[in-house]
Amino acid sequence: MTPLSALLLRDIRLATRAGGSAALALAFFAAVAVLVPLGVGADLRLLARVAAGVLWVAAVLAALLALDRLFQADFEDGSLDLIALSPVSLEGVAAAKIAAHWLTTGLPLTLLSPLLGLMFGLPPGAIGALALSLAIGTPSVSALGAIGAALTLPVRRGGLILPLLVLPLLAPAVIFGAGAVEAALDGLANGALLLLAAFSVATTLLAPFAAAAAVRLNLAG
Amino acid sequence: MFALANPKRFLDASAPLLPWLAGAAALALGAGLVLGLRSPPDYQQGDTVKIMFLHVPAAWTAMMAYGLLALCSFFSLVWRHPLAAVAAKAAAPLGAMFTLLGLVTGALWGRPMWGAWWVWDGRLTSFLLLLFLNLGYIALWNAIEDETRAARAAAILALLGAVNLPVIEFSVDWWTTLHQGESILRSGGPLIAPVFLWPLGLMALGYTLLFLTLWTVRIRTEILERRVRALLLAGAA
Repeated sequence: MTPLSALLLRDIRLATRAGGSAALALAFFAAVAVLVPLGVGADLRLLARVAAGVLWVAAVLAALLALDRLFQADFEDGSLDLIALSPVSLEGVAAAKIAAHWLTTGLPLTLLSPLLGLMFGLPPGAIGALALSLAIGTPSVSALGAIGAALTLPVRRGGLILPLLVLPLLAPAVIFGAGAVEAALDGLANGALLLLAAFSVATTLLAPFAAAAAVRLNLAG
Repeated sequence: MFALANPKRFLDASAPLLPWLAGAAALALGAGLVLGLRSPPDYQQGDTVKIMFLHVPAAWTAMMAYGLLALCSFFSLVWRHPLAAVAAKAAAPLGAMFTLLGLVTGALWGRPMWGAWWVWDGRLTSFLLLLFLNLGYIALWNAIEDETRAARAAAILALLGAVNLPVIEFSVDWWTTLHQGESILRSGGPLIAPVFLWPLGLMALGYTLLFLTLWTVRIRTEILERRVRALLLAGAA
C-alpha cells in the first residue's frame, strides 16, 4: 500500500467510525431538509421550485460542518507534523485528504439526495439532475473547504470563521448546481452542468497546492 | 517601486506627499459634486440620476481596492515584502467601506428606478460577495495571532477571491440583468452625454485620490504601530 492510499484509508476510517463526521454530516443534511417544509409550508409545487436551492445549500453547509477537523485534528495531536516530515509531498497529502472528505461527505450526500428530492416533489428528470449536479459539484466544496481548513489551522475556533472564508468562494457551485436542476425542471437545456464541471475540475486541481501552501506556512516555525 | 518597499523610506517619502494627495482629493470631489449637482435632470430618471456620481465611482474604487489588495498579497507572498503585507492589510477595511457605499447608494438608486431596494442579479450578487470577501479577509487577519502567518494566510485567501473581480466586471454582459450594461468603457465611445461624463470623471478621480490618501495614512499608522509594539517589547525585555 502506498503512503497516500494508507492516509486516504485512515481518514475514511476516522470519518466513518464512532464519533466520525460522515454520519453527522448526513444527519445534518437531512435535518435541514426536513426543517424547510415545516417553515415554508407543505405545498409540493412550491417545494419542488425551491428544492434545488435548499438541498444544494444544505449539502454545502453539511460538507462544511465536517471540514474544520480535516487538518485540525491531525494538527492538534501532532500527526500532521509527522506527515509533513514524511517523504510524501504535502500536495499529495492534501489531495488524499480532500478525496477522503469527499468520499465520506459529498458522495453520501449525493446518494441521499434523490430520496429528499422525491420528498420535495421533484419529477424524476429533475431528481436525476439534482444527483448528477451534486456528484459533479461537491468535489469543489471539499476542495475549497480544504483550503479554508488549512488557512484557519492555527485559529482556535476555526469552525466559526471557516464558513465566512469559504462560502463566498462556493457561490458559483450553488448557482450552477441549483441552476442545472431548475433547467431540468423547466425542460430547458442549459450549460449549467458544464460550467459546474469546469468549476469543479479547476478548484479540485488548484486546491491541493493552495492547501499545501497554507499547511506549510502554518507548520513552519 | 521596490525602493519604496522599505518601511522607513516609505514613511519619509509619503509624509510630504500626503497633504497634496488629500488636497487634490478634496478639490476633485468638490468640483465633481458642484458640477454633478448643477447637471440637468435626466429625461427618464429625473434628478435621481445624480446618485450615479456617488454610486459608480464607489463601485469602481471598491473593485480597485480589492485589485490592489490582491496585487499586494501577491507581492507579499512571492517576494516577502513586509510593506506589501502591511499595504494589503490596510486596504481591506477601506475596500469593505467603499463596497458598502456602492451597495447602499445602489439600493437608494434602485428603489426609485427599479421599484426595489435589492434584486438578486449577477452584478449585485457578485458585488455583495466582494463585501464578504473583504470581511473574510479582515476576519482571518484578526483570527491568527502570529503576524507573519496571518499575513501569508490572508494573502492566499485574497488571491483566491480575486477570481470574483472579472465576474463582477462582466456580469452585466453574461447575464440578463436589471443593472445597466457597460456604458462608459466600451468600443464606440461612452453612451453618456458629456454633461454627465465630466462630473462622473471628476468624482471617480476624487474617490480614487481619497482612497489613496486614506490608504497611505493607514499604512503609515500600521508601520508606526508596529514600531511602537517593537519598542514596548524591547523595553519590557
